[in-house]
Amino acid sequence: MLKLYDIAVQSRLLLGTARFPSPAILAEAVRRSKTEIVTVSLRRETSGGKASGAFFDLIRELGVRVLPNTAGCHSVQEAVLTAKMAREVFRTDWIKLEVIGHHDTLQPDVFGLVEAARILTAEGFQVFPYTTDDLVVAEKLLEAGCRVLMPWCAPIGSAMGPVNPMALRTFRAHFPDLPLIVDAGIGRPSHAAQVMELGYDAVLLNTAVAGAGDPASMAEAFALAIEAGRLAHSAVPLEPRDMAVPSTPVIGKAVFS
Amino acid sequence: MTFIINGEEQQVAAATLADLLSTLDYEGEWLATAVNGELVHREDRAGFTLGDRDRIEILSPMQGG
Repeated sequence: MLKLYDIAVQSRLLLGTARFPSPAILAEAVRRSKTEIVTVSLRRETSGGKASGAFFDLIRELGVRVLPNTAGCHSVQEAVLTAKMAREVFRTDWIKLEVIGHHDTLQPDVFGLVEAARILTAEGFQVFPYTTDDLVVAEKLLEAGCRVLMPWCAPIGSAMGPVNPMALRTFRAHFPDLPLIVDAGIGRPSHAAQVMELGYDAVLLNTAVAGAGDPASMAEAFALAIEAGRLAHSAVPLEPRDMAVPSTPVIGKAVFS
Repeated sequence: MTFIINGEEQQVAAATLADLLSTLDYEGEWLATAVNGELVHREDRAGFTLGDRDRIEILSPMQGG
């Protein structure tokens, strides 16, 4: 069973709640994904709070754990304040920490990320940092107090899947016992299965499900792929080879000439 | 007094943060507030005195990835 900080979860899929065609479809996707953790965000309230109250109620009714994010924050100060405000609203110490460093790629500002992680950990937060696959940054995040890391596999929302499988493999090998969640860039269930086969502990998705033609069915497809990838990893897959190896034994083969 | 509320300048007659939320019809346990870059907890709003040109952020839950 996967443990994220002190919480044990069965499902290895974390689902974002943005971009779904309707609240009903979001709810159905959450149910069919069997996820136990959804990500949510905070934004400026302009209408007195009634619309956001409906979303807040929906999330509570789903009965899942909430992982608030600091999406859209471009500075340490913004990210830290947003995290504090998220804790006030959602009453959890969990925070998906994003400090965005680049407008086009939404690449994390890893320097700001480490600084914000240090500040938030000191304030009692349990930080889930959205980071790159850089090992040095990862080490700094651990020094800052993070006990879960969430490397990207491609830019957010790009649906490209793992663009650098070797880096993901190295990252996994370097932190064999740390919960690692691939966050961002997954497009298809086969991508999710691929990173799970590499030994990742879980996958965080949003656009790949919400943007599908049938989000609820895609949520279930991802759940199955993640389970299959996890099982395949535990079954120890073969490594690729350059040359053919006959699968049918040649001993006792008839000789006709 | 003049306040900058969620980035927009507004004139509101309010002495405390709780007054301001009530006057502007903000309600709900899901709202979070900050003044001049510092979180103000729900239970502290009634005792939090506002000053002219304070920057007030009022945030609420929304969908996120």
